[in-house]
Parts: sequence; structure tokens; C-alpha cells
Amino acid sequence: MEASILSFLLFLLEGVPVTIVLTLLSLTLGFVIGLPLALARAFGKGIPSFIAAGYERTLRSIPLLVLLFIFYFGFNYEWMTSFVAAMLAMGLRSAAYQSQIFRGSIASIQADQMAAARSLGMTKLQAISRVILPQALTLSLPSWANEFAVVIKDTSFAYAIGVVEVMRRANYLRAATLRPLPPFLLVAAIYFLITFPITKFFGSRGTKRKKLWGYE
Amino acid sequence: MAETVLEVEDLWKAYGDLEVLRGGSFAVHEAEVKVIFGPSGSGKSTLLLCINMLVPPDSGKVHIRGIDLTHPSTDLNAIRSRIGIVFQHFNLFNHMTALDNVASGPRIVKKIPKQQAREIAMEALTRVKLQGWTHHYPGQLSGGQKQRVGIARALAMNPDIILFDEPTSALDPELIGEVLSVMLDLAREGTTMLVVTHEMGFARSVASEMIFIDDGVIVERGDPEHFFENPETERAKRFLSKIGELYGGKRRFDSEENPSSAALR
Repeated sequence: MEASILSFLLFLLEGVPVTIVLTLLSLTLGFVIGLPLALARAFGKGIPSFIAAGYERTLRSIPLLVLLFIFYFGFNYEWMTSFVAAMLAMGLRSAAYQSQIFRGSIASIQADQMAAARSLGMTKLQAISRVILPQALTLSLPSWANEFAVVIKDTSFAYAIGVVEVMRRANYLRAATLRPLPPFLLVAAIYFLITFPITKFFGSRGTKRKKLWGYE
Repeated sequence: MAETVLEVEDLWKAYGDLEVLRGGSFAVHEAEVKVIFGPSGSGKSTLLLCINMLVPPDSGKVHIRGIDLTHPSTDLNAIRSRIGIVFQHFNLFNHMTALDNVASGPRIVKKIPKQQAREIAMEALTRVKLQGWTHHYPGQLSGGQKQRVGIARALAMNPDIILFDEPTSALDPELIGEVLSVMLDLAREGTTMLVVTHEMGFARSVASEMIFIDDGVIVERGDPEHFFENPETERAKRFLSKIGELYGGKRRFDSEENPSSAALR
């Protein structure tokens, strides 16, 4: 009994690197697209701001599973493996949420700090990069940690298009052993053990900085 | 006569239907301190923001040492670096220490190397008597200290003029003194200053002219003695007697009760 649980665990753990790499790539893609979207909405006018707002609303309104199917089944390119499709679907969706997170914290500091920076003679770009963003990104940390947790957990959806990550491995075990409970409990524990420390770390880091900077 | 540093000519500014500035011209000369005062909402802060074009005026002209800021080809970033602003609510960069706040202008705008910029910042912080607080963040400083960092940040750019937007009105009473004493020092050292304030003691000691603004227009102007001895307009009289009451300059209570309880009613 114990030996079999240990072997379950080892088998599942082999899926962890895939889960983590998929999470990190999706979050990175989300950041690289989400930050410019937030800037377009906070500082842009007219078309860029309109496009960014439309992007946010659209991507936040489509279920992840639908996005996964659109990318995986909808685009018949050779490079569109299940892993790439999962990364694109999750990354592009995360961009919409990250944009919203950054936009919120930019809005919370913008006016006064911008006036001070511009009055010293900084260009708008210098003011954004040296004054607004360093503060906004830090203020975003707790919400961003939350988004991190959402993405980690949602990598389990990639199972549906055949990515062999932790969840799919658990399902293999269920099918092979006909004992569904132990593998899924182990999966739950694995997700918890990854998610909890990471959100805790970013959350407390953000809180500490906020205190030091007098935001709380 | 000393060289003219700032010249404001007939500035108009409206936000929608609300006319905030309705004309008005004045000049500030080298090493001169001018004080602007008037009721809240009278357009004083907008005037300062229009001077450095953070809020572009609808019409009128602003000259700094002869350069027309309202001209479209003027490099506003370059000219703003020569106009210091001290804000009512300090507007310090929260993520930077006092030293980095003060060094930020020289470093980022003037591209002065880090070490040299820090020396400039150190010097400015010493002038506002904060040399012992360089590594504190704004969140760790008192209001009076924050405002002195704000003044040092303006000083570090070695500006042609410093604009003060009610620099003491967000401070607890016991912290006002330290900021005013720094401002008095600067005035006496020959800093060119345009100060929006209701600190009449400050105005009396160093202002060469006081300008009373109400409803977006200059209602009355003159030297401090003029305002304290015999202001002409009814509006200025009323306003001065009000701030007199507030600052305990005159007692104008109808009853014989003690003034604080009368004021509380």
C-alpha cells in the first residue's frame, strides 16, 4: 500500500517540471503583453487604449478550455503542439488579467507622482519608467501573486489537449490502478505545495515594500 | 533693476465652463520673493501649474528669462528643469530614499553621474538640515521633513526660480516652523521664489510684493505693509481678517467666553 503510494508520487512528480515550465512561460508571455496593454490604457489615448480595453474584455470573457481548443484544434501548424497551444492560450488570457492588475496600481499613484517627475524636467517616458512603474509593479505584487496561483492551477486544464503534466499523469494512474482517490489527493497536495509558498513569498514581499514606502 | 526671471502675461485658463484664471500679469525678478494669496479655489494652484505648463493655459504668455514657454517650439522638459516646484502634498517619490529623491533630477534629467549627483543631493539636503536623514524613505519621515526633502529636490536642480504651492498647509502646526525657517534662509540667500501661502509672517519678513487673487483675477497687490496697514479692497480686507482670526492674530469673538469654545461652536 505505502509502496504503491510512493510510486504514485514519484510518477506524478515527473509531471511537475512540465507544470512549472508551462506556468512560467505563460506568466512571462502574459507579462510581456499585459504590461504594454496596461500602459496603453493608462497613458494612451484613442485607438491604442481602445484596442487594449477590447483585448482585456474579450480574453477575460472566454473560458480557458475554449481558448485551449481554439489554439490546439483551430490552428493546424506543425509547431502548434499541445504544449505551445496551452502556453499561448494561458499566456494570452493572463495578459488580460495582468493588464488589469497593473492598470489598477498605475492609476493609484499616477497623478501626483507624474506631476512631480514632469516638474523636474523628466520626459513622460522617464517619468513612467523611473517613477511610476517601479512603484506600480511593487504595488501589484500581491494581486500578481494571486494571478500566479491561478495560472499554476489552471495548467491542469492543459490535460484536456494532451499535455502530459501532473493532472494527466494522475489520470493515467486512475485508469491503470482503478484507485482514483490516492492519485488525485496527491495531485491536490502537489498543487498546494507549489502554490502556497509562491503566493506567500510575493505577497509578503509586496506588503513589506508597501510598508517601507508608506502605502500602508 | 535686477534681471527679470519670470514674467506672466495675461493668463487665462478654463476647465470646461469653469474659468479658473481670468487674466493677470506680474513679474518676478532675480533674488526676489513674491507671495500669492487668496481663498481656496481662487486659481492659485492652477496659476503655478500654468507657469511650468503642466497645465497649458488657454491664452497668455509665460517667460522664463526671456524664453516664451507657450511657444510651440520651446523644449518644455528642458525649461521645466529650470523651474522648481514644491508641492502642497510633497509628492516625493515613495520608492526612493531622501537622497535618491533629491538626486533623481540631476541623475535622470541632467544625466549627471551617480556619485556626483549624490554629492549635489547631499549638499541640498544639508541646506534643508536633513543631512542625517538621507537614507530614510518618505514614509519614514515626518511631514515637515518630507517637505524639506521636497525643497531640497527642487534646489538640487539649481533652478532659476522655485514655485511653492502652499508648502505648509498640509502640515501639523508644530511642523510648519521648520519648513518656514528653511524657506526664510533660502529667501535671504537670494533664491528667486514665487510662494503661494497664507503664512503672513513669512510674507511680511521676505516678500517684496504680495498678490491677492480671488476668482481667477488679481484683486489687489502691494508690499506687505500695504496689506497689513491699509488694504484697499473689501475682499482683501475680509480675507485678511479671516486668516488673522485663524492664526490668532486678532481676536474677533463676540462673546466673553473663552475663544476656543466659541470657535468650536
